[in-house]
Amino acid sequence: MVSVALSSPAGAPAPAPASGLRLDVKHVSHAFQLEGAPLPVLDDVSFSAEPGSFVALLGPSGCGKSTLLRLLAGLDQPVTGQLAVDGTAITAPDPSRILVFQDPTLYPWRTVEANVSLGLEARGLLKAQRRRVGDALSLVGLSGFASAYPRQLSGGMAQRVALARALVNEPRLLLLDEPLGKLDSLTRITMQGEILKLWQDARFTALLVTHDVEEALFLAERVIVFSERPARIKADVTVDVPYPRHRGDPRLAELRHHLLGLLGLDATW
Amino acid sequence: MTDQLIETPAIAGAPRRRTRDHAERVPLWHTGLAAGSVWLAAAAYAGLVPDADDFAYTREFAFGLAGIGGLILLAALAGPVAGLRLKALRHWGPWLLILPLGLIAWEAVTAKLELLPRPFFVPPQALLEVYLDDWPKLGLSVVASLKLLAWGYAIGAAVGITLGVSIGWWRIAGYWAHPVLRFIGPLPATAWLPVAFFLFPSSWSASVFLLALATGFPVTILTWSGISSVNKDYYDIARTLGASQRFLVLKVAIPAALPHVFVGLFMGLGTSFAVLVVAEMLGVKAGLGWYLQWAQGWAAYANMYAALLVMALMCSSLVTLLFRLRDRTLAWQKELVRW
Repeated sequence: MVSVALSSPAGAPAPAPASGLRLDVKHVSHAFQLEGAPLPVLDDVSFSAEPGSFVALLGPSGCGKSTLLRLLAGLDQPVTGQLAVDGTAITAPDPSRILVFQDPTLYPWRTVEANVSLGLEARGLLKAQRRRVGDALSLVGLSGFASAYPRQLSGGMAQRVALARALVNEPRLLLLDEPLGKLDSLTRITMQGEILKLWQDARFTALLVTHDVEEALFLAERVIVFSERPARIKADVTVDVPYPRHRGDPRLAELRHHLLGLLGLDATW
Repeated sequence: MTDQLIETPAIAGAPRRRTRDHAERVPLWHTGLAAGSVWLAAAAYAGLVPDADDFAYTREFAFGLAGIGGLILLAALAGPVAGLRLKALRHWGPWLLILPLGLIAWEAVTAKLELLPRPFFVPPQALLEVYLDDWPKLGLSVVASLKLLAWGYAIGAAVGITLGVSIGWWRIAGYWAHPVLRFIGPLPATAWLPVAFFLFPSSWSASVFLLALATGFPVTILTWSGISSVNKDYYDIARTLGASQRFLVLKVAIPAALPHVFVGLFMGLGTSFAVLVVAEMLGVKAGLGWYLQWAQGWAAYANMYAALLVMALMCSSLVTLLFRLRDRTLAWQKELVRW
């Protein structure tokens, strides 16, 4: 549905439907320089993600998951190790791989519409593909707010705009860095459903960083569990529950118990 | 995605319906009636009480006061009849009341009773005389001042913004410009006056240089600080979306820094007024500063006060203009200082 809604203007030949990228992370280690001393954040991280899959990266706050997303976006280079999409090494940012931050970070001086247009404008495609901006806005249910400014939006609406700003570029890899982390729990539940639907429609590869066990299990096909900083992979758990999932599913509860155990929190069960 | 997923909009600028209720009676404007009467009283005092000396334009002054009083009374009386609320005029009611009282007092201590020493203190009709008789020269002075200011300010603002962006963006530009700015910047532009007057071919071009200098320094510093305080995530967002360096500077850094740039533009405007007057008093043979100097030389104090009034009007209008420009440009900001 999304590929239809976001296709080029009528008349022009429709581009091949955007499909997800295959992702390979091999022996990646990374460290920050903090007051001269190296602070290791990632320790020999390796995993792969199939095209079009939904993988959650679960771990304690500040363990280095977000750093991994920045590396995948091409914003930073790892100290050691290789990152590749479809076999090509990641060396720089590319509009096929888009990062959605925890804060919506909309440009306050631009209207909602102009914020969503950003990627097309930056690549000089806005004139030809302006229609996609409206399509992306209606996809996240904000058609009526095109001319509003970010300060006029609630937290959930702003994060929807941030999603639209990413989706308008038809990303093949969507990197979600705790995108719902700052929302109230009701809005979060609603938007989890929305993200799932967007993923099912657009078939991009999704990588979701979260510290919310329930969120990881409700959305992802696979949950990779990280340790405390420096982050290393503790476990790779397949969520063998078909969509549409139900939060009360006993299998999800079982997995949740298992994951909390891996995080050392099963005493609360 | 259904409609109920959308949260309640917090849109401030939702279309407001304007209701104009004709049935509602417009209350009588008491302040207006009082103000109109005081203006008429001031007119009577100026026109009917004889002057202590021979002052020109006393009659015209009195007629003018009477005219204003008549208009205010007319508005106050006609408003309720025609159903006009006159909201803006009503807002200024207390001012309209106090102004003629001040004029009566001024008229009393100068023209009528001569309590203040002449020629340093002049009656209000003397100012009227200047405006009615000397307006061509005053007008030309305003034009000359505005022209000089426009050149200097525009050059200063353009150079300041360019320099500020460069320093904020390129490390190498910052390396070379920073020490120079720190050393030269705090020096008042007027201190360059003697040097500038012999280095430049004309006192006019020297003054443009000084004005540009006075404007450029605060604009540079504030633009620079604006650029360096831009949220770094804004750049990351744009980079992942495929933005070029050019796009990052023009479409991310500069718009994000604009609130700071405007602070610099305001500071620059203030300092450029000071430089303008000094430059015109000391070198340039035109403009309001020159007019002030010239009037003082001839002990034409009425002309001096008249020119000061015009200068205040000019500076205030320019600041208002800049505020309007900022409010339009930064409409996306919530809390803005009102002018």
